[in-house]
Amino acid sequence: MASNKKYWRSVEELDENSSIVDTLRQNEFVEEIPTDEFLGDKESLETSSTTRRDFLKYVGFTTAAASLAACEGPVKKAIPYIVQPNEVIPGVADYYATTIADGFDFANVLVKVREGRPIKIEPNKEALGSTNARVQASVLSLYDDFRLKEPTANGESISWADADTQIANKLARVKSSGKSVVFLTGTDASPSTASLIASLGEDVNHVIYDAVSESAAADAYEAIYGSRALPSYDFSKAKTIVSVGADFLGDWQGGGFDGGYAKGRIPNGGTMSHHIQIESNMTLSGANADVRVMVRPSEQHVAMTKLYEAVVNGISTRESTPLANAINKAVAQIKNAGTNAVVVTGVQDKNIQLLALAINNYIQSEAMNVLVTNNTRQGNSTKVSQLISDMKAGKVGALIINNSNPVYTLPNSEEFVAALAKVDVTVTCSMSDNETANATQYALAAPHYLESWGMVEMKSGAYSIIQPTIQPLFDTRQFEESILKWSGSEQTYYDYIKTAFAELGASTSWNQALHDGSFSIAIEKEARVNEVDVNAGYKKPTLGGIDALQLELYTKTSLGDGQQANNPWLQELPDPITRATWDNYVTISKVDAVKYGVENWNVSDGAMNGSVVELTVGENTITAPAYIQPGQAQGSLGLALGYGRKSGIKSEMQTGKNAYQLYSDFNKSQYNVSLKVVEGEHKFACTQLHNTLMGRGDIIKETTLSTYNDPSLNPKKTWNKVPMVSLKHEEVEATTVDLWTEFDRSVGHHFNLSIDLNTCTGCGACVVACHAENNVPVVGKAEVRKSRDMHWLRIDRYYSSDMNEETSEGVGMVQKYAEMEDPSANPTVSFQPLMCQHCNHAPCETVCPVAATSHSRQGQNHMAYNRCVGTRYCQNNCPYKVRRFNWFDYANNAEFDFNMNDDLGKMVLNPDVTVRTRGVMEKCSMCIQMTQASILKAKKDGRPVKDEEFQTACTNACSTGAMVFGDINDKESKVAKLKEDTRAYHLLEHVGTKPNVVYQVQVRNTEV
Amino acid sequence: MKSAKQKSLISKLAFTSIAFLFLITLNISAQGDAVNGKKLFNMNCAGCHKLDKDLVGPALGGMSDRRENAWLKSWIKDNVAFQKVDSDAKEAAEYSPAAMPAFPQLSDQEIDDIIEYTKPVVAEEMVAGSSTVVVAAAEPQDNTLLYILGAIVFVLILMIFNLYSTVNELKGNAPKRKTIEEQLKSIWRAFAGNKFLHFLLVIFFLLSSAYLGFSYLLQIGVDQGYQPIQPIEFSHKIHSGDNKIDCQYCHSAAKHSKSSGIPPANVCMNCHMNIAEVADGTVIGNHGKEVLNKEIQKLYDAVGWDKDKLAYIEGYEKKPIEWVRIHNLPDFAYFNHSQHVTVAGLKCQKCHGPVEEMDEVYQYSPLTMDWCISCHRETEVDMTENGYYKKIHEQLANKYGVKEVTAAQMGGMECGKCHY
Repeated sequence: MASNKKYWRSVEELDENSSIVDTLRQNEFVEEIPTDEFLGDKESLETSSTTRRDFLKYVGFTTAAASLAACEGPVKKAIPYIVQPNEVIPGVADYYATTIADGFDFANVLVKVREGRPIKIEPNKEALGSTNARVQASVLSLYDDFRLKEPTANGESISWADADTQIANKLARVKSSGKSVVFLTGTDASPSTASLIASLGEDVNHVIYDAVSESAAADAYEAIYGSRALPSYDFSKAKTIVSVGADFLGDWQGGGFDGGYAKGRIPNGGTMSHHIQIESNMTLSGANADVRVMVRPSEQHVAMTKLYEAVVNGISTRESTPLANAINKAVAQIKNAGTNAVVVTGVQDKNIQLLALAINNYIQSEAMNVLVTNNTRQGNSTKVSQLISDMKAGKVGALIINNSNPVYTLPNSEEFVAALAKVDVTVTCSMSDNETANATQYALAAPHYLESWGMVEMKSGAYSIIQPTIQPLFDTRQFEESILKWSGSEQTYYDYIKTAFAELGASTSWNQALHDGSFSIAIEKEARVNEVDVNAGYKKPTLGGIDALQLELYTKTSLGDGQQANNPWLQELPDPITRATWDNYVTISKVDAVKYGVENWNVSDGAMNGSVVELTVGENTITAPAYIQPGQAQGSLGLALGYGRKSGIKSEMQTGKNAYQLYSDFNKSQYNVSLKVVEGEHKFACTQLHNTLMGRGDIIKETTLSTYNDPSLNPKKTWNKVPMVSLKHEEVEATTVDLWTEFDRSVGHHFNLSIDLNTCTGCGACVVACHAENNVPVVGKAEVRKSRDMHWLRIDRYYSSDMNEETSEGVGMVQKYAEMEDPSANPTVSFQPLMCQHCNHAPCETVCPVAATSHSRQGQNHMAYNRCVGTRYCQNNCPYKVRRFNWFDYANNAEFDFNMNDDLGKMVLNPDVTVRTRGVMEKCSMCIQMTQASILKAKKDGRPVKDEEFQTACTNACSTGAMVFGDINDKESKVAKLKEDTRAYHLLEHVGTKPNVVYQVQVRNTEV
Repeated sequence: MKSAKQKSLISKLAFTSIAFLFLITLNISAQGDAVNGKKLFNMNCAGCHKLDKDLVGPALGGMSDRRENAWLKSWIKDNVAFQKVDSDAKEAAEYSPAAMPAFPQLSDQEIDDIIEYTKPVVAEEMVAGSSTVVVAAAEPQDNTLLYILGAIVFVLILMIFNLYSTVNELKGNAPKRKTIEEQLKSIWRAFAGNKFLHFLLVIFFLLSSAYLGFSYLLQIGVDQGYQPIQPIEFSHKIHSGDNKIDCQYCHSAAKHSKSSGIPPANVCMNCHMNIAEVADGTVIGNHGKEVLNKEIQKLYDAVGWDKDKLAYIEGYEKKPIEWVRIHNLPDFAYFNHSQHVTVAGLKCQKCHGPVEEMDEVYQYSPLTMDWCISCHRETEVDMTENGYYKKIHEQLANKYGVKEVTAAQMGGMECGKCHY
């Protein structure tokens, strides 16, 4: 029987007399729907001539019109040159040799120019040039829309002619008034610029200022050898390297030492160098060292004095602190290596620097050369301080600043700005519309180095030429041209350096030198040695309380001194150690973090958040996020310079905090630092967190030199174990098992890439090179946090853990795995560049429903973007996680206001590589556009391809030679031999993907 | 009969036009020497001389009136030697700083031909006869009239046949036909009863609509035959066809680069410094000399060339020529001209069609992927000459057991070879 239960929706319904129930019966809604209000102003709606019918007509018409218009293809114009320059063939790139010398980075480079646009920087290997990430990225800084585009006077634009007359008049007045004219420049290492400034008269003072100072080292050199320079170092000649706080694989003394260092790190012939690093922050050099000792910045002084006493005076310490033990071992090593040892230090104290010079002189180190000087850091802190006090005293009549941003980089910036007001004429020559340009009366727009002429002497006798590779984009004029104008000369700077070249008497012609980008002059110099008492005048740093923290400021491989902060490629380049992008932060050891209550935690999407801390050094306070860093010396903190710029920089790029305010006395080590956690939480954007490998042996394979050298061991069974899999219930080598039939690749080329984990320093130049070559988009901080970074090539960093299979005895499973995940307090670090492995048996290919990805005969795994429908199955099936999904239309999307979205920034795009659109998968192509171009060139010449012709962007950029690319079907090729090396292994070999990227086992020289 | 009359009218018309054509041909062939002279003049002299205008050298129209025949011959054959013996010649040489080259290869007869061509009589006739020439050139249009007339005749014949049969029917000579209604009904009955036919029809309908739909979709983005109007009425036929200029003289990047390059205006000026007018009688479509000369002026406007002073205008703001791009490959497809031109040695015409016959260039090939790979499948790679292929050739020949290897077998069909 049917139930006659009554269901009701509200109590009101039960009330028969309720008016609401009655109303609801008639109307669906109790109250009248306010349509008129909803549609807007009732009155204007009624007076509108557009009726509903009209509206529908419009909609119909526009839809129809739009769809009709869409049927018509767009008309594209092709506009040829009127007069085509002789050297330009549309579609063919020209290369020009030039030199970057921006005051922080110095390198001989080749510039790839397409149709008059520089699009890529490559090292000029014939001139021994090497490029780091910033040099690679510098081409994008050319197309920076926030550059200073015209000369201005007090913020108003002014013509060059007017500016010249005004400045020349004012300079004349200053000269007659008896006040001094001062040029404040960054290190340009240019003999021609120096002589040009000197030619203005003896009363003109030239002060050189480096934002990140090496003044102490130059002072020490000057004290002994009389001239202001730095010795040059060749680490390839060193068997034992002891570094005390010198990050020579980073930016120490101008950088560029990694090539020589790497030569000694390949264990061929059974030997390799032994590298001891004594430092506070975890640096690149520390990460690559065989032995790393954590000390506080002040203890670096102690370490140097002890080293000196033990090596030179033969007094060894009896203490048994970890530091003393390490010093004793280091001393033994130095004595063992004799002239093949070298000691370097980054301590910003003249006396400590003198000790390093004295030790190297005592052991007659072959790695140090005091005759060939390094001119890339000439800044003089004393003179800069003197200048500021002169300015305050009103003694300076004119201040002309070039290639320097003191208002941003000076620790006493406010004092400097106040002193500027007392100078009659202030002029800044600047490429960017930066803080200093805004603070001076005249801001003269200067060209990028790719638009300039110049001559540089980076090392004594080794000259390089800067030549323009593009017409100036804006109304700019270089500093040297201005000086020539003001001094009344009719000469152009080009003529000036040509004359200077002629006067040098080089054995090459001008045209040849210009073509090569460099030339050398034999130097005849004898070291004039002054006797210096290295112990006199040394003052121990005042440390404050025993609990006081110490701060070690450093520069990142990405931003350096911060002058390229408006470069999105560099902002998004992950720090090699912390793997954080778009940020600087206070690095703190785990012990201190617990002590001060600093925390880092992961949120639900895997991204990391952290506490915000307030750092106080003397009178200066800075608020910055804190990052718990394994390997950070207890009691020390780290903070990167170069961030926190606000002027002349896109809002997206205004990241981090300006640490220069804590850089007092131009000393990277700051003592008596107090820290407290403040309110707030900071969102980091890290591309990798602090995980270890948890004992997985087939990702990073690592061994020691003695094991490697032991002839009784079969590498395949021991230190380079081939993984075993079960086949028909029998353990067999994974390489012998195949799910698929092998494809014959013996004909033609078969490309392989070899990556040596021993010589990869993790510098990141390859990452930026890949960006430039392959039009890889920048996605911004928010997207990186969501793990949507687009790097085709990443460098994974792995920490070691104290817990491993050997030490796990007696430890419970849960505890064991938890601790395995946790890195050691002082972990060993491995870097692993990872890109598409180009598997011969690629798991991505088999799952693609539309066959958008397929392998080629040449070993490359192809990705046809136009075929891809974006299912992302391939990404899920890739064991290496190297595929990148293009979530947004990065190239035409105002949400991503980076270089691909402004007309100027688009000029850097490589026309030979597709700019990918939204919804497709992309990944490393093994630079197929480059291999195809090499093959085509050979075909046109009718000859086989030479081994060195096959390059990829990353191998080309690698200054240590860790990455080698080539054809393994050419049995004579380097890569074919590397593939057969005993150190060679494939990543995740047990999966059976048979990659075409081969890694070389990392060998550490730990137990000497 | 009426039709017979019609026929005789057509034959009359045809006869007149043929006679007309014949007359014109006769008219032209009557100028034997001058015709050869014109050819020689264009080949040897036109670079520096015109008939009616000074160029690098003086205007040559009516030169036989100014100089004696023997003098001219000596001058033309070797003017430098002639200057040494003849004072007039020396004076004549001062006309221009540029020395005239010697033409020892010209025979006396040929020089006479040239002189004949430069005679003012001929020149006058050319001016007067220009309208005649236009008519002659417009002759093919008369053919369309003939076709129309032919069609009318055909329709009339049909009408006559129809009338004849109707008259016959009315007379009762032929059997009476079913009415149309009856016919339709019987067809419908047969059709409605045949289920199998229904089934076939449905299948046919579905298949054909799928086919049509699919071929429509395949046409999207295929611009075969695309012939946009260009900013300058440039004729490839005149340059490449008539004057036999090599394609790669102008498109010089094709052998080096991925793009063939549109010639910069300075390449045009290599010749057009001296050629300010189109040849007499040049016609493109319905544009004659007057219109076409203005097209050359557009080039001068772009580069800033003063054709009267024969010099570039100083400080002229050059205006680039905005050609309309005809061949538009999508950005995700990589194509390299030099691979095909230099390495494979293909003729431009293989993909671009008979450009030398096109006044206005159109897209000859579909430029679809299907079109690309069909060619890669068929084309055998010539490996004998190129050192690059030596080793690969041996290996491939061993692998496939054939001597000839196609581009596809070389890996020319792999996605990543064109898409990256």
